[in-house]
Amino acid sequence: MKIVLQHLTKKFPARGPVRGRKNREDVIAVNDFDFEIPDGKLIGLLGPSGCGKSTALNLICGLLKPTDGKIFFGEDDVTGLPPENRGVGMVFQNYALYPHLTVEKNIQFPLENLKGADKLSKEEMNKRVLEAAKLVQIDHLLERKPNELSGGQQQRVAIARALVKLPKVLLLDEPLSNLDARLRLQTREEIRRIQQETQITTIFVTHDQDEAMSISDMIVVMKDGIVQQIGKPQNVYDDPVNLFVAKFLGTPPINVFSGEVKNEQLYIGSEAVLSTPGVADQPVHVGIRPEGFVLKEDGPLSCDLVRLEVMGRDVSIVSTHEKSQNVTIRSIIDADEGRSLPTGKVHFALKPAKVFLFCTDTEERIRF
Amino acid sequence: MEKQNLKAWLYLLPAFLFLGAFMIYPLIDVFVYSFEEGYNSASQTFYGVGMYNYSYVLHDPYFLQALKNTFILVIITVPVSTGLALLISAALSSIKPLRDLFQTIFFLPYVTNTLAVGLVFMILFKKTPYSDGLINLLIQFFGGSSVDFIDGPYWAKMFVLCFYTIWIVMPFKILILTSALASVNPMYYNAARVDGTSRFRMFTKITLPMISPMVFYLIITGFIGAFKAYSDAVALFGTNLNAAEMNTIVGYVYDMLYGDSGGYPSYASAAAILLFAIVLTITCINLLVSKKHVHYV
Amino acid sequence: MSDVTSDYKKQEKRTRICGNIRNGIVYFFLCLWALIVLFPFYWMVLTSVKSYGSYNAEYIPKFFTLSPTLQNYVDAFTTVSLGRYLWNTLFFTVVTTAIMLVVITLAAFAFARLNFAGKDLIFTLFLSLMMIPNELVVITNFTTITNLDLRNTFTGLILPSVTSVFYIYLLRENFAQIPDELYYAAKVDGTSDLRYLRKVMVPICKPTLITIVILKVIECWNSYVWPRLITDDPDYYLVSNGIQEIRENGFGRENIPAMMAAVVVISVPLVVLFLVFRKKVMAGVARGGTKG
Repeated sequence: MKIVLQHLTKKFPARGPVRGRKNREDVIAVNDFDFEIPDGKLIGLLGPSGCGKSTALNLICGLLKPTDGKIFFGEDDVTGLPPENRGVGMVFQNYALYPHLTVEKNIQFPLENLKGADKLSKEEMNKRVLEAAKLVQIDHLLERKPNELSGGQQQRVAIARALVKLPKVLLLDEPLSNLDARLRLQTREEIRRIQQETQITTIFVTHDQDEAMSISDMIVVMKDGIVQQIGKPQNVYDDPVNLFVAKFLGTPPINVFSGEVKNEQLYIGSEAVLSTPGVADQPVHVGIRPEGFVLKEDGPLSCDLVRLEVMGRDVSIVSTHEKSQNVTIRSIIDADEGRSLPTGKVHFALKPAKVFLFCTDTEERIRF
Repeated sequence: MEKQNLKAWLYLLPAFLFLGAFMIYPLIDVFVYSFEEGYNSASQTFYGVGMYNYSYVLHDPYFLQALKNTFILVIITVPVSTGLALLISAALSSIKPLRDLFQTIFFLPYVTNTLAVGLVFMILFKKTPYSDGLINLLIQFFGGSSVDFIDGPYWAKMFVLCFYTIWIVMPFKILILTSALASVNPMYYNAARVDGTSRFRMFTKITLPMISPMVFYLIITGFIGAFKAYSDAVALFGTNLNAAEMNTIVGYVYDMLYGDSGGYPSYASAAAILLFAIVLTITCINLLVSKKHVHYV
Repeated sequence: MSDVTSDYKKQEKRTRICGNIRNGIVYFFLCLWALIVLFPFYWMVLTSVKSYGSYNAEYIPKFFTLSPTLQNYVDAFTTVSLGRYLWNTLFFTVVTTAIMLVVITLAAFAFARLNFAGKDLIFTLFLSLMMIPNELVVITNFTTITNLDLRNTFTGLILPSVTSVFYIYLLRENFAQIPDELYYAAKVDGTSDLRYLRKVMVPICKPTLITIVILKVIECWNSYVWPRLITDDPDYYLVSNGIQEIRENGFGRENIPAMMAAVVVISVPLVVLFLVFRKKVMAGVARGGTKG
C-alpha cells in the first residue's frame, strides 16, 4: 500500500505561558509534510528527539488528527478516519502489551475485534495467531505473561500482535530504544527480515541514524517538524542537502571546519586545500567525512596529531586544527597506510567527493 | 545501634495505655460477656457460663429482622454502588471540561453529617398530612400512586434506606475508582484503538482487569461497611428502629446495650461477635473469589 | 474520487456522530448524578429560608421562594440549643484531634526510629488490631466509662477515640522514609530525640499529618454512636445527637423549616472546609479514608 502525505501539518496549542518566553505560540510538530512512501518498502523516519517524528507516525495511524493536509492510503483519503478503520498495525515504544493477558491472548486480541463478515472462527484465529508467532519466532512462549518475557521477546510479541490482523501498513515507534545494544542489532535484522517476508509497507521512527541507515529502503530526515531530506540511505549520506543532514548521518560524525572560498579555491586557514570550480567567493562551512582524508607527505591540510586508534582493518587518526568546529578531527584511513606515521604534524589531501560546502547563513549545500 | 528499650516504651506508653484500656481489654471482655449467662448490669453478677446468649439472640425475632435487613441492604447496595461508581468514574475520565467541577460535586456527600442530611431525605420521601412529599408528587406526576417511604410498607422503607446508603458511600468509591482509572497507562488504549477495539470491549477487557485490584478493594470495604450500617437508618427512621422494622445488626447491638430496651451487654456481645463472624466469613469468601478474578501485575 | 473513498467518508461521518452522541450521553449522565447529589443540599437550604407558615401551606412544595426569611435560623439558635451542640462538637473535635496527634506521633516515632526488644513482634500484633471492628469493643467501653462515672463528661466522650492504629501505621510508614543520616547528624550535634522529632520529623511529614487531621476532623464531626451511648444530658450533645434530639423533641411542634436551618448550620463547617482544602481533602481520603 502506497502512502501519500499532502501538506500534512499538525499544530499543538501552546500550553500556558512558558517561563522565559513571553508570547505563547502554537507548537508546530509536523510542518507541511509532502511526500510519497512507495508500496512494500521499509521507511525510517529519522531525527533528533522532539523533532515531531512520533507525531507524524501518530498522524499516519490516526491517533492524532492533522491540523491541515491530507493522508492517502493508495488512492483513498483516510485523513478523517479513526485508526480502527485504517487497517494499520502499530508497535508502541513500550510495547503496550496487556499485562493481564498471556502472549497468545495478546496476539489474538486484535482478531477478536473483527465484526460482521470479517469475524473469524476459533480455529482460524488460532491458526493466524500461530502463524504470526512463528513469523517472529515466539511460538514456544504463547502461554507466558508479558512480565515473564525479556525485552526482546516482548518486542516480538508486540510485532506479532501488530501483524496478526494482516495490516496494510505497519508502524513502529522507536522499536529498538528499550533494548540493550546486542539485542538491538539482532532485532533490527529481525525487523528487516519480517518486513521482507511480509512485504508490508513499514514505517518506523528512530533517533538512531545507525539503525535507520542499516535497514531502511528509504529514510526521511526531520528537524523541528520539517522534512530535511528524503532518499535512499546511501544517497542521503553521500549527498546531504544541508549541514544538519550531513552532521546527523554517519559514525564517526562528519568533521566541520570554518573555511573560505577565494578564486574558486577552498581555503581552510591559510592553506588552499581543494579547488572548487564555479563557487563564488564567500566564507563557508566545510564538512569532510572521516573517510575523505588521504595521508600525504605534502598534503595541503596539516593538523596536530593527538593519538592513533588502531581498529584492525582501519586506523582512526585523531588530530586537531584551529579552524575545526569540532574539538577533534577524526579521520579513517587504511591500516597499512597509517603504520608509519610521523609524530607532531599530519598532512592530509582530501577526496573531493567527500567534501561538502555549506553556506554560513542558510547552512544549505553549495555544490561544485 | 544499641537498644533503647526504656525510652521506646516511654514513647509508646500513651498509645498502649489507650489501646489497652479501650481496645485490647474490651476485646477479651466482649467474649467473656457473651458467654456469661444471666448477667445483671446493675448487680454485675451472673449465674452461669454457656452458649445461652447466642441462642437467645439467634431466636430473637428482632435480631432475625435486623439480620434480614442487613443482608438485603448489603446485597443491594454493594453491587449497585460499586457498579454505579464504576460507570460514573468511567464517564468522568472520558471528559475534560467540567471534570473538576463534577468531581467536587460528587464528593460532597462524604463531608456531610449522615444524621443531618438524612433528615433532608426524610422530608423528601415522607408523606405527611400537609404534603405528600416531593418524591411522591413526582411519582404521581408520572402516573404512579404515592406511598409513604418513611412510615409505610417494608419495601418502600428498604428502598429509601438503600438509596440513602448508596448516596452516602458513592463519593469514596468514585474517588478511588477515578484515581485507579487515571493510573492506567494511556498507551494501552492507543494500542487497542489501533486494533479497532470497541469502547465496550476496551472497558471490559483492558480497563476492568487493570483496575481490578482497586475494584476488589472497594467491594471488600463495601461489604464490611454495609454490614455495619446503622446511622443512615437512624437518620431516616429515628432511634426506634425495631418499631420501624428497619433495624440493622449494629443497631440491634446498641439497642441491647442502651436505651429503652437496653441493659443486656451479654446479648449485645453475642450479637456483635456474630456480626464479626459474618463479616469475617464474607471477607474470606471475597478473598477466595478474588484469586480467580483479580489481576495483580 | 473512488467508491472506497466515499465509503470512507461515510465511515468518517458515522464516527463523528457516534462520538457526539456518546459525549451527550456522558454529560447527561454526569449531570443527572450531580443533580441527585446536589438536590438535597438545595432542598435543605431552600426549606430553611421558607417561613413556617408558607412551608406548611404548600401542598405541592415550591422550588423557590420569593420571601426568604432568616427567622428559622434565629429559632434554631434560640429555641433549641444548637449553639451549645456546635460548641460541644468543636471542642470535642479539637481536643480529640490534638491529643490523638501527640499520642500517635510518639508511638509512630518509637516504631520508626527507636530500637527495642521485640519491636517487630509488637508491631505485627499492633497491625493485627486494625482488623478489630469498633462494634466489638464499644460494649465494654460503654461499661467502663459508665463504671468510672464518666457519662455526660467530655473525658468520657474523648478518651476512647484518642488513638488509632491505622493512623499510627500511616505515620510510621512516612517516618520510616526519612533517611537515617538525618538522625545521626542530629545526634552528633547533640539534639535530643524529642527535639529531633519536633524539629525534623514532624515538619518533613507534615502532609501526612494534615491528611490525618482532615480525616479525624471529618470523623469527629460526624460521630454519632459513641456520643449517643455516653451522653443523655443535652448539655453534652454533639451535633449528630443534637439533630436527632431536635427531630424527636424539636421545636415543640413539627417545624421542618427550623429543622432544616439547623441541618444547614451543621453541614456548613465541613462543606466550607472541604471547598477550601479540596485537593488536600480528596488526596487524604484517597490515601486513608474509608466509609463505604
